[in-house]
Amino acid sequence: MNKQQREGALRRREPISDTQLLLTITICIFIGMYVMAMLIWGGGFKKPQMLFDILNDNAYLVIISCGLTIVMITGSIDISVGGVTAFVAMVGVMILNGKLSLFNGIIETLSLPESWRIVFAMLMSLLIGLAFGAVQGFLIAHLEIQPFIITLAGMFFARGMITIVSVDPQKAPQDLMDILQTRISIPWLGSVNKKGVLIPARMEIGVVIAVVVVVIIFILLYKRRLGRCFYAVGGNRQSALMLGVNVRKTRFLAHLLCGILSGIAGFVFMMHTGAGNATNATAAEMNAIASSIIGGTLLTGGVGNVIGTFFGVLTLSTIKSIVTTSGLRDPWWQSITTGAMLCFFILLQSVVLMRKNRGKNKKRKEDGKKDEA
Amino acid sequence: MKKTKTSQFFSNNSQLLIPLIAILLLIVFNLIRDPEFFSVGITTNNRGDAVLQGNLVSILNGASELVILSMGMTLVTAASGGQDISVGALAAIAGSVFVKVLKGGPAITGTSVFLAFLACCVVAMIFGCFNGSLVAFFNIQPMIATLILFTCGRSIAYWINGGATPTITSPIISAIGSFIPGIPVPTPILIVIVMGILFALLFRFTSLGLYIQSVGINQGAARLNGINAVGIKLLSFILLGACCAVAGMIGVSRLGLINHETILINIEMDAILAVAIGGNNLGGGKFKMLGSVLGAYAIQALTITLYAMKVPSTDVKAYKAVVIIILVALGSPVVKDTMSRFSKKIKSRSGTVGKEAA
Repeated sequence: MNKQQREGALRRREPISDTQLLLTITICIFIGMYVMAMLIWGGGFKKPQMLFDILNDNAYLVIISCGLTIVMITGSIDISVGGVTAFVAMVGVMILNGKLSLFNGIIETLSLPESWRIVFAMLMSLLIGLAFGAVQGFLIAHLEIQPFIITLAGMFFARGMITIVSVDPQKAPQDLMDILQTRISIPWLGSVNKKGVLIPARMEIGVVIAVVVVVIIFILLYKRRLGRCFYAVGGNRQSALMLGVNVRKTRFLAHLLCGILSGIAGFVFMMHTGAGNATNATAAEMNAIASSIIGGTLLTGGVGNVIGTFFGVLTLSTIKSIVTTSGLRDPWWQSITTGAMLCFFILLQSVVLMRKNRGKNKKRKEDGKKDEA
Repeated sequence: MKKTKTSQFFSNNSQLLIPLIAILLLIVFNLIRDPEFFSVGITTNNRGDAVLQGNLVSILNGASELVILSMGMTLVTAASGGQDISVGALAAIAGSVFVKVLKGGPAITGTSVFLAFLACCVVAMIFGCFNGSLVAFFNIQPMIATLILFTCGRSIAYWINGGATPTITSPIISAIGSFIPGIPVPTPILIVIVMGILFALLFRFTSLGLYIQSVGINQGAARLNGINAVGIKLLSFILLGACCAVAGMIGVSRLGLINHETILINIEMDAILAVAIGGNNLGGGKFKMLGSVLGAYAIQALTITLYAMKVPSTDVKAYKAVVIIILVALGSPVVKDTMSRFSKKIKSRSGTVGKEAA
């Protein structure tokens, strides 16, 4: 038996892990739901543009959820992500429309062209995300304060800072927004409209950023030492410490990464909407947590997957589009059905894991009996 | 060495130190800033009754809903080791039911208000039971289980009232929300006192507190000792449901209308914060309800102080966050350890110096 065959045999004998099991369930349900929507409501769902619209609207949510997945894998939580996203979007828009005098001064003294404002907005968004991540990570990892409280304070701080920076809603200038809102058209996924003209499917740059982030985080979590440390710390902090993992550093880095990702998400959000407002990205943190949960990440830590999170965001937003297309036009149905779906997913996961663990325990007991005999 | 009574009190109640210090700091700060900050005056309101007025009253009055919710939250936190993030939504549902029942009846009388309160209590307890059963039977983490109701609770409240924000005007409702004629103390404060006495009696005459702590510390061990762990968790969520109903009723009565979007918004976060500032472990186990109550008053005092300093209401959050972070960082075990080590070092050094001198 050569090495490859042996590895294959080993893999086959190994039971499917919790992460893989939950991931498979999520992807199956998403595909099933989308096909069902195509069959029942046809129309919009048959056009590829529908999927791209969902992606365009939720690119920022994908990025936030990736960061949250990392934090949740280490057994922590971050609820400041929505606030940071909104704050970054506000600052970005104000750099673009020249309401922040500091950046006006820099641009004037260096006599840079106007489009440099976009570069400054990008840098600022990364910097703000980094600052939030670093401070929260330090307080959580090194001072051992409960993450919920610290990130809750972080959320309050970010939301409060938005109104301190500007009470009025801000709008980015159109010429800069035209650059930011460049759309990539994909002709071979287009659809023919009533007049027989082919309209190519359009995708925003934010979606590309989101997909790149998902791929990078996936590689980080599966192929890099740091990623495996995240799982180890989340699974059991004490054993991770005994195995020589630097628990504090790992937890700090998880929060730092989450902060940076929410900064990027803020920039993507600004690219999509081009507006800064105090009510931007409201409840994004809860949507992100819900997406991660649907994608099979457990809040207890140690179990999770970014690919699942990606499909979690898609599932959540597909539910919303289904509700709006199915004719339930009353404003309350959207969140009631979302809640019901969430309930379904949470119960499903819990039942699946319980059944699986029961089987494991039974097996362990049988093994124990054999040993006694 | 024999411990004195006061030092024993402090070692038993050391977790109350953080909220007490917070309140003390706020009082001192306010007194320095404005010596007349805490003066309580008597004015006549628009119905001709003499009522108490002043910042102190508005702190105690405004914190009422938060205090009631944080009482329930303490129980849930202690029993299940997690937090209920749906309390605001649940209070909105309870408020909607309260208004719906009152609107359905012919006239608003004492009995109809009582019936409406019973109805909203029952509904809130059923929803609490739903949350609790997810946590207790399916072993789902409380924050995730209550995320469901957090997502759709306010929409359910909207749906109950058929997409409207109805108003109710009645002397009885305004008596619940502001003042009972002849009594100068705002009614919400009286309701808080009643709730506090009820909980105190509950812990005095039953072993519920002990049971909740033992379930929170080690569920398996509690079960082996004959405690119905599932039942205790369920009960804590049902009690929180009742607290939500009371808070929702106060919230509705204050304004005389139900607005599902704004009623008690973000209060779940403040309630969890109150529990944490009160020195309770958010991971469950031992709890002190007095700590949470003091924490809730500290949060409200902070808010009122910021308002008095003419900070715009939208910016208050940012300043609040800074104060909270400083408070929690000071109370963190690592900082405490370093501080105690530092003070020991100073003591030992001065001790050796003293010996050498002798």
